[in-house]
Amino acid sequence: MKHAIKVLLGSAVVAMTATAASAATLDDVKERGTLKCGVSQGLPGFSNPDADGNWSGLDVDFCKAVAAAVFDDPSKVEYVPLSAKERFTALQSGEVDLLSRNTTWTMSRDTQLGLNFAVVNYYDGQGFMVRKDMNINSALQLSGAAVCTNTGTTTELNVADYFRANNMDYELVAFEKADEVVAAYDAGRCDVYTTDQSGLYAQRLKLTNPDEHMVLPEIISKEPLGPAVRQGDDQWLNVMKWVHFAMLQAEESGVTQDNVEEMKNSDNPTIKRLLGTEGEFGPAIGLENDWAARVISHVGNYGESFARNVGPETPLSISRGINALWTKGGLQYAPPIR
Amino acid sequence: MAAHTHAADEPAPKVALLNDPKIRAWIFQAVLLVVLAWLVWVGIQNMFANLRAANISSGFGFLGRNAGFAISQSLIEYEQASSTYGRVFMVGLLNTLLVSAVGIVIATILGFIVGIARLSPNWVLARLAAAYIETLRNIPLLLQIFVWYFSVLRLLPSRREALDLGFLGQINISGWYAPRPVLGEGSGLIGWALLIAVVAVVALARWARRRQEATGERLPVLWPAIGLIVGLPLVAYLAAGMPLAFEYPEQGNFGPRGGTRVYPEFIGLLLALSFYTAAFIAEIVRAGILAVNRGQTEASYALGLRPGQTLRLVIVPQALRIIIPPLTSQYLNLTKNSSLAVAIAYPDLVSVFAGTALNQTGQAVEILMMTMLTYLALSLLISAFMNWYNAKMALVER
Repeated sequence: MKHAIKVLLGSAVVAMTATAASAATLDDVKERGTLKCGVSQGLPGFSNPDADGNWSGLDVDFCKAVAAAVFDDPSKVEYVPLSAKERFTALQSGEVDLLSRNTTWTMSRDTQLGLNFAVVNYYDGQGFMVRKDMNINSALQLSGAAVCTNTGTTTELNVADYFRANNMDYELVAFEKADEVVAAYDAGRCDVYTTDQSGLYAQRLKLTNPDEHMVLPEIISKEPLGPAVRQGDDQWLNVMKWVHFAMLQAEESGVTQDNVEEMKNSDNPTIKRLLGTEGEFGPAIGLENDWAARVISHVGNYGESFARNVGPETPLSISRGINALWTKGGLQYAPPIR
Repeated sequence: MAAHTHAADEPAPKVALLNDPKIRAWIFQAVLLVVLAWLVWVGIQNMFANLRAANISSGFGFLGRNAGFAISQSLIEYEQASSTYGRVFMVGLLNTLLVSAVGIVIATILGFIVGIARLSPNWVLARLAAAYIETLRNIPLLLQIFVWYFSVLRLLPSRREALDLGFLGQINISGWYAPRPVLGEGSGLIGWALLIAVVAVVALARWARRRQEATGERLPVLWPAIGLIVGLPLVAYLAAGMPLAFEYPEQGNFGPRGGTRVYPEFIGLLLALSFYTAAFIAEIVRAGILAVNRGQTEASYALGLRPGQTLRLVIVPQALRIIIPPLTSQYLNLTKNSSLAVAIAYPDLVSVFAGTALNQTGQAVEILMMTMLTYLALSLLISAFMNWYNAKMALVER
């Protein structure tokens, strides 16, 4: 009930004061001196605190990038860990300025919750993990299986659709927190653990014997994960969009954390506009002209962030796949800065 | 008070209607009520207006829409493909009621046993009861739920195998597959026979009591009662041609199939709630018994009653008057604590309705209001019942 009360109070606060929180988030953030960023309660590779409470991950890097663009200091972020259930209310009520919490962009969330999504920082899809000794190699063999998952996610509905479409029965075992899902699956309560594939790779590391489990090849849904902001604040929405696009453009143009200072002397007009040595793009979104240079020098480009957090060199070892740049056959594409 | 009764004797002095303190009090109360109602109304209107302004959908129309997700345990028919969010609410509510009701019964029985054991002259028994109470009462309930659930899970055989419990069915990590009674033709007769037996037993008990009050002669009631309750349905069963059979679970591809399934989430939550609450009830029972004057026991012994009779006929009836009010709040606690179910995937009201349904529809205000009002109504019902019972048990002054 404690959660319930928190969410209800949050919602009631949104309801009573909805108009107050909507305007000029950027000014509020500047005045406060920190960015309040809603993250997960611990998902390796995306947003996860270490033993000292330092957060890292792809979603955390996005928070840092926005803070770097605004303050020139990626440490000016206040991380607010949120459960799947609390996340939208926290954003609606102004408890966080930005939600960067492996959240799937769907039409109802975009249109009915008073939120705006605009960019995708990780293209994901829902998958299944099973024990290798079950000798299953396709999700179509899962009829009658017990399926462990999280409540409060799109996962539940996708599983329902998939099993219904294929005329299969299943037994849903839905927990509130990911840790309990993993523990119950590990204990053998379920045959299948389902969530976004990136999450499966991350959670597999927490199992007693990760090698005894495999991720099935089927992807049963589109899960475009991205940050979200409140509706009705176009300036802040633009900041969110263009920080992401700047990181993509930097990767495309070969600007990295190491060479960003040299690149400021580049003759390439695209790089000049990106790094603010030409044009006045920063002030148009309420930031300094070197906003993108700050992002890249503190956080790096999208490719660097990906490699550092979830890439093949990390325990998660996820390949770029559809998250590669459009120039390399992936889906990540930034509109031009001009 | 004296002044008041005195004033009533004299004819009331004539005063203006507005100056009459009684009428004035009524007017003030009415004004306050109207103002409060207006505030609530404006608050709600304002809330919905703001929700609309912020592009957040509102209203209760979602209750009629298809839910489209599965629920593991359901007492009523629930179809993933066609059932509505309104149905989800009912399923969750019934699951909450089930675990609360069974939990209250177990916690009460266990609590009484432990509470009495704690006062036992047997040193080992009393220490064991004390250890039970002190341990369980002082560990957070959520931890206990995790311990029960995960330790129970780890102990049981995997889903493909099962432990055969003989006539009790089979058990494994996905639950207890109990035999399911299959009612054949003519089985209604057994039900009727049982009903008649119960009525007969009640009549017998009342008659025996009146007889004892009139003549002092004690009639044996227990054995005839057991005979009636077991015997009559048995005769009916044989007369109807043995229409009752049990369906036993069988080994299937993904473990046992058939029978009535009791989910491990239910078992884990039920054990945690009952054992935790029983520790509190035991303390309440102990306090209640200790509050009965020692002289009552001695007088009872002096009259020649045995210790068992003394406890049953003299101590407990008096102790109950002290026990019932705090017992009510333990029942309320148990019911409200059942909302921790979501931690171990038991599909109670909070888990399926205020959890999954909330996430799918995004209508936090409506759903949480409904959920809270439901818990409020449940709690008020339980306390109304316990107040009625308390009034019934109260000391009758002659």
